[in-house]
Amino acid sequence: MNENDKPALSRRFLAPAAGSAAAFGALVFGARSASAQGADARATLAGTSMIEEVKRRNTLRVGMSTFVPWAFRNKTGELIGYEIDVANRLAQDLGVRAEFIPTAWDGIVPALLAGRFDAIIGGMSITPARNLSANFTAAYSATGVDMAASKRLADGMTTIEAYNRPNVTLTGRRGSSGITAVQRLMPRATIRQFDDDAQSILEVVNGRAHAMVGSVPRPLFASLDNPEALFRPFAQPLVRQADAMAVRKSDPDALNFLDNWIMLRQLDGWLEERQAYWFGAREWRDQVPG
Amino acid sequence: MLQFALFLGLLGWLLVDGARSMGYNWQWYRVPRYVVQVLDGEVFLGPLLKGLLVTLEISAYALVLTIVIGLVAAVLRLSASVAGRWLVVAYIEAIRNTPLLVQLYLVYFVLAPVLGLERFWAGVLCLAVFEGAFAAEIFRAGIQAVRLGQWESAWALGLTRAQAYRFIVLPQALRVILPPLAGLAVSLVKHSAIVSIIAIFDLTNEGRNVISDTFLTFEIWLTVAALYLCVTVTLSLGVGLLEKRLKGSAA
Repeated sequence: MNENDKPALSRRFLAPAAGSAAAFGALVFGARSASAQGADARATLAGTSMIEEVKRRNTLRVGMSTFVPWAFRNKTGELIGYEIDVANRLAQDLGVRAEFIPTAWDGIVPALLAGRFDAIIGGMSITPARNLSANFTAAYSATGVDMAASKRLADGMTTIEAYNRPNVTLTGRRGSSGITAVQRLMPRATIRQFDDDAQSILEVVNGRAHAMVGSVPRPLFASLDNPEALFRPFAQPLVRQADAMAVRKSDPDALNFLDNWIMLRQLDGWLEERQAYWFGAREWRDQVPG
Repeated sequence: MLQFALFLGLLGWLLVDGARSMGYNWQWYRVPRYVVQVLDGEVFLGPLLKGLLVTLEISAYALVLTIVIGLVAAVLRLSASVAGRWLVVAYIEAIRNTPLLVQLYLVYFVLAPVLGLERFWAGVLCLAVFEGAFAAEIFRAGIQAVRLGQWESAWALGLTRAQAYRFIVLPQALRVILPPLAGLAVSLVKHSAIVSIIAIFDLTNEGRNVISDTFLTFEIWLTVAALYLCVTVTLSLGVGLLEKRLKGSAA
């Protein structure tokens, strides 16, 4: 080849070289294979998972409401309770700090969906209606719906039918599973919903309602605290329930982590020990204000 | 007009965009059955409309009681009695300077058991006492707006104080009183939402109950707000018409 050929040589290979470079670029950055797209999707899911956010932020934000004895304030104003212990232990095992965001119970699922906190750890029972909006972990606490009735107004009323009348007034906390249960079991009763358990108990103690509904063991504690005004009409819970943590939908990593954490804490007996402490003999009673 | 429309559009866009960014699932199709249902040709009021009726009922009773309390307090404050004046001033200052929620708790949990009041009337009483303090000031301003000459003519005619009030002063004071009283009525309807705390089945209470069952937060609250707006706008328009009629007939 003479010197005149060199520019022609490079020009001759320019077009094919550019063409193959373009084709290579298209292969790498354009038409990706299914496995590459799968890797993208996994990376996105993993990156946006609640667990990742918690690790990045170094704080586990927990939504709860005050429910004695699941989560409530002691005399010095600190939050204590069964679910507080659970959340603190979870945060410890994650290597982060737990931050509690008390929220009105009837707005707690919308608040979770709006991203105000990472999970609801507050004695929330699994119900299909809630499950349509949020995901639940495995259940870690078995409870039920129970009632505490007024000795004055509901004397002798110990069957479901006795309460299923229009002139019977039942009270409960708005948004609680107890309300849903009595709406189904006692549809003819008048149900007054309040913002928290203390008010619904006070209504019955004051003789303005026949009974209050709540989750086991709240009605039992209420009747023990007000023995002259309240009694428990039913020996067994009206409905059996299971409590779990609630997280936002489409987050498989968070669900897997939490399910396994629950399983491990059940295996080593920690959850059982905490339940016995908080729901049993009430050794913590002197910490409750009032 | 255009600027207003643009501003409203901006607000609407902010709302929708905010909802979208948190992935809110709008389900307006679920709302109508909570307002009204028509089954087999029969109309059934949904919980929201039933709540609206209760709200209107509470507001109506409370408004009548408010006007009575306000008028009595205003007249007492302008009377010669020192005890009466002090009583009214104490009442007005105490009520205007404590939160309505605290007053409601006091009335319902402390006063109502003592007086044997049931839930509904405890709510009416609390609202009336609260708004009555504001009404008293409105009535007093209206009465004091009537020229002294009118009082003097009343004395000259030999009318008693009560007759002077009834025939001379109050009809004239009405013109000054009506616009702020309309505002008070609207304020009363809005404040009536607080009785949901003591589980009276008013509009706000029913709204909260529906939301706790369905999680339709945005849709139900917007509907409840729209229903309140219907009531308050109608009230304002009605009082505006009344004012126009009075303006024509007064001296």
